Amino acid sequence: MTTPAPAHDPHGELPVASDLAAPGRPVHLAGSSILLVLVGGTAGTAAREALSLAMPAVGGIPVAIFLINIVGALFLGVLLEALSRRGPDVGRRRSLRLLLGTGFAGGFTTYSALAVDTGLMLTGGHAAAGVGYALATIAVGALATVAGIALAAARHRKQAIR
Amino acid sequence: MTPLLFVALSLAGGVGAVLRLIVDGAIKTRARGAFPLGTLIINVSGSLVLGFVTQLALSGSLDDAWRLVIGTGLCGGFTTFSTASFETVRLVQQRRYALASVNAVGMLVAAVAAGLFGIVLGRLISG
Repeated sequence: MTTPAPAHDPHGELPVASDLAAPGRPVHLAGSSILLVLVGGTAGTAAREALSLAMPAVGGIPVAIFLINIVGALFLGVLLEALSRRGPDVGRRRSLRLLLGTGFAGGFTTYSALAVDTGLMLTGGHAAAGVGYALATIAVGALATVAGIALAAARHRKQAIR
Repeated sequence: MTPLLFVALSLAGGVGAVLRLIVDGAIKTRARGAFPLGTLIINVSGSLVLGFVTQLALSGSLDDAWRLVIGTGLCGGFTTFSTASFETVRLVQQRRYALASVNAVGMLVAAVAAGLFGIVLGRLISG
């Protein structure tokens, strides 16, 4: 994790030191993975709560959670596409994915609040708003993910031309 | 919200994210199909717990600080929208349209149903 990999690793297929730290132990049980996801997830959750506190619901619709999920989807699209274009998921790239993707974007966005808020709207006499909120999140979220992937791909092509 | 509660909520979110890493990894080593089953199970089970905790707090059986730590923090950090959306887009890119729609709409319906089931369980327990 502390080993800085070169920008264009000519031997990206070879394992680096951080991958060999825990021989035989899968990524999801390695101590370094857990620490990276803990730090990223804590920061992402703090950011989500700070934005939720600053942005109250409008007409019963949790606007903050909607925007958080859309921005988080865009961010994860950019991150995962940019990382995969730089090389295989090892070393520093894997650390960044765990810290910023699994950790930060995962903790920042949330599905449980989307589901329970929708359920409360459906049963609380705001069925149309509930259906609209949930479907808009899914649809705009997918578009944001596609946009994020396209942004990272375009940036990568631009750098390749230079 | 007190600073201590904000820190506790955020840390609970970090713990939730680690639980997601472990549960998703454990499911991926067992189910190696094209469908991202891990995120579905995580989001549906997390929605059930959030519904339960939300109802307990609404009926006064649980202090609101615990709803924030367990619900907003732990369940919020455990479940994720960004990965679910990315996996849906990846299934579309692979032209697995049926799996993509299950991952998008099926997950939404299942998670909302699980959240409502959690609310009903909370009502039964708080009487």
